[in-house]
Amino acid sequence: MSAAFHTDISPVVATGEAAFQAARQQRRLATLVAIAVLVPCLLLAGWVSEAWPSTIWAGLPRIGEYFWRILPSLSLDHLFGGTKTEGSLAFWFYRAPEWLWLLFETANMAALATLMGSAVSLVLAFPAARNLSPSPLIYQLTRRGLEALRTVPEIVYALIFVWAFGVGALAGILAIALHTAGANGKLFAEAIENTDLGAWDGVRSAGGSWALACRYAILPQVLPNLISYFLLRFEVNIRSASVVGFVGAGGIGAELYQVISFNYYEEISAIILLIILAVASIDLLSERLRHAIIGRLGGPA
Amino acid sequence: MLQIQSLTRRFGERTAVNEVSLSIPAGQMVGVIGRSGAGKSTLLRMLNRLTEPSSGRILHDGMDVTALKGQALRDWRTRCAMIFQQFNLVQRLDVLTNVLVGRLNHRPLISSLLGRFTAAERAMALEALDRFDLADQALQRADTLSGGQQQRVAIARALMQQPRVILADEPIASLDPRNAKVVMDALRDVNKRDGLTVLVNLHHLDTAREYCDRIVAMQAGRVMFDGTPAELTAEKVREIYGVDEAEFHEQAEEAVRPKHTVAA
Repeated sequence: MSAAFHTDISPVVATGEAAFQAARQQRRLATLVAIAVLVPCLLLAGWVSEAWPSTIWAGLPRIGEYFWRILPSLSLDHLFGGTKTEGSLAFWFYRAPEWLWLLFETANMAALATLMGSAVSLVLAFPAARNLSPSPLIYQLTRRGLEALRTVPEIVYALIFVWAFGVGALAGILAIALHTAGANGKLFAEAIENTDLGAWDGVRSAGGSWALACRYAILPQVLPNLISYFLLRFEVNIRSASVVGFVGAGGIGAELYQVISFNYYEEISAIILLIILAVASIDLLSERLRHAIIGRLGGPA
Repeated sequence: MLQIQSLTRRFGERTAVNEVSLSIPAGQMVGVIGRSGAGKSTLLRMLNRLTEPSSGRILHDGMDVTALKGQALRDWRTRCAMIFQQFNLVQRLDVLTNVLVGRLNHRPLISSLLGRFTAAERAMALEALDRFDLADQALQRADTLSGGQQQRVAIARALMQQPRVILADEPIASLDPRNAKVVMDALRDVNKRDGLTVLVNLHHLDTAREYCDRIVAMQAGRVMFDGTPAELTAEKVREIYGVDEAEFHEQAEEAVRPKHTVAA
């Protein structure tokens, strides 16, 4: 750059710079206003929900204390001893066979519920997509229906189904499936709304009915996305399935709830550790599967 | 005989197609020309009923197309196949299935939903593809084909419908000159050999003159000229569009270009 460039500023640069400064000023003002609105809102929300810092401060040590209590008493000398040796890993996990079976049942519940729920979502997602819906009324009905399905937490459904079908995994599966139908239905519908409608026109112009246009023009486009959402929901449902047992809807939750309420401290930590390990390994597995499938189908990551 | 009677379509304040009346005998190849926004696309889409007319009537061999609903409407669409500027194939499906889409209205719903086509239908599709030298690409995904190939797949799909009329909406606007010629030749072939009525929207006057028996020129939703290619002289073009042919082409190309890029 020549020195002249710096000394006499051309009118273009001057007006450009002025416009830049004005735009920056505008952005700063917007940020300040946003902060001025957000901070009082945050404080108000904290006050309404009684989230006092002092309470949190006073309670913090107790959380530490709880974790201290559920820690197993392991001794190095007997670490690999049998189930009857105090201080051994086997003693800590003395009920491992039952827990592993319960974990397997939990994963099963999640898988079944994800399948059933997603099947319902798949059917409802097409009328719930704004760009395809046969009529505004049907769109509103399916959208609001899906909303209702996912607004109710799994644990509430589980309570109802345990009352209706009795204690067991079936109640849990149905509870999670219903919530899944609502949650995935919305995601599926939004994936459908983002599709290119050229192929839709193509199938419709060839005399294809609404259902056939969904099947041929839309489904192939959104399938990789749907599979991705399906596997993500499976990961989420593993967690849900380990909680619905708290109200008797099967899986490892019932066992966890029992040891928590009886203060069997060492067993709490053993079960939680097992759940964390199971969830982590399933997460890893399903993530790999998802990427493999998406890679094969050539969809978005 | 396809009769269009004072067909009108309004989008809010704007009138895209304004009181268009045409009478097209079976087997004619008609070129509809005009700038982008002249109402050519809306006119064609109304004939297939992808766009609903605001008023006016369409009659095909005496049948009121504008009154059709449900299955009868789908039957009409099958008889009046459509070809688009952007091909409108299902990109992620193979070429064969894309062509089989042309049979969907002729077959039972459940087996269509399951994607189960018969060997006879596959044979029909392969023959349609072979006619346009695409039989070898049958199992490739549509998005692996070039634009010219995709448009020929779209024509094969249209033929699978066993239509009486083919509507082609700017079929060559997204293609290079060589592929444009191949596609226009294919359209002329189905017109001459199969005797199908062909209505084709074009923005290139020379193409229209070369291929069509009859040219309809539209401007701002109205038909400004309707006659043989010989009658559409340079003076006539200047009279209708207020510019000479070179300028007309330039403007038309400009208008089509933004839509030129085809998503892979």
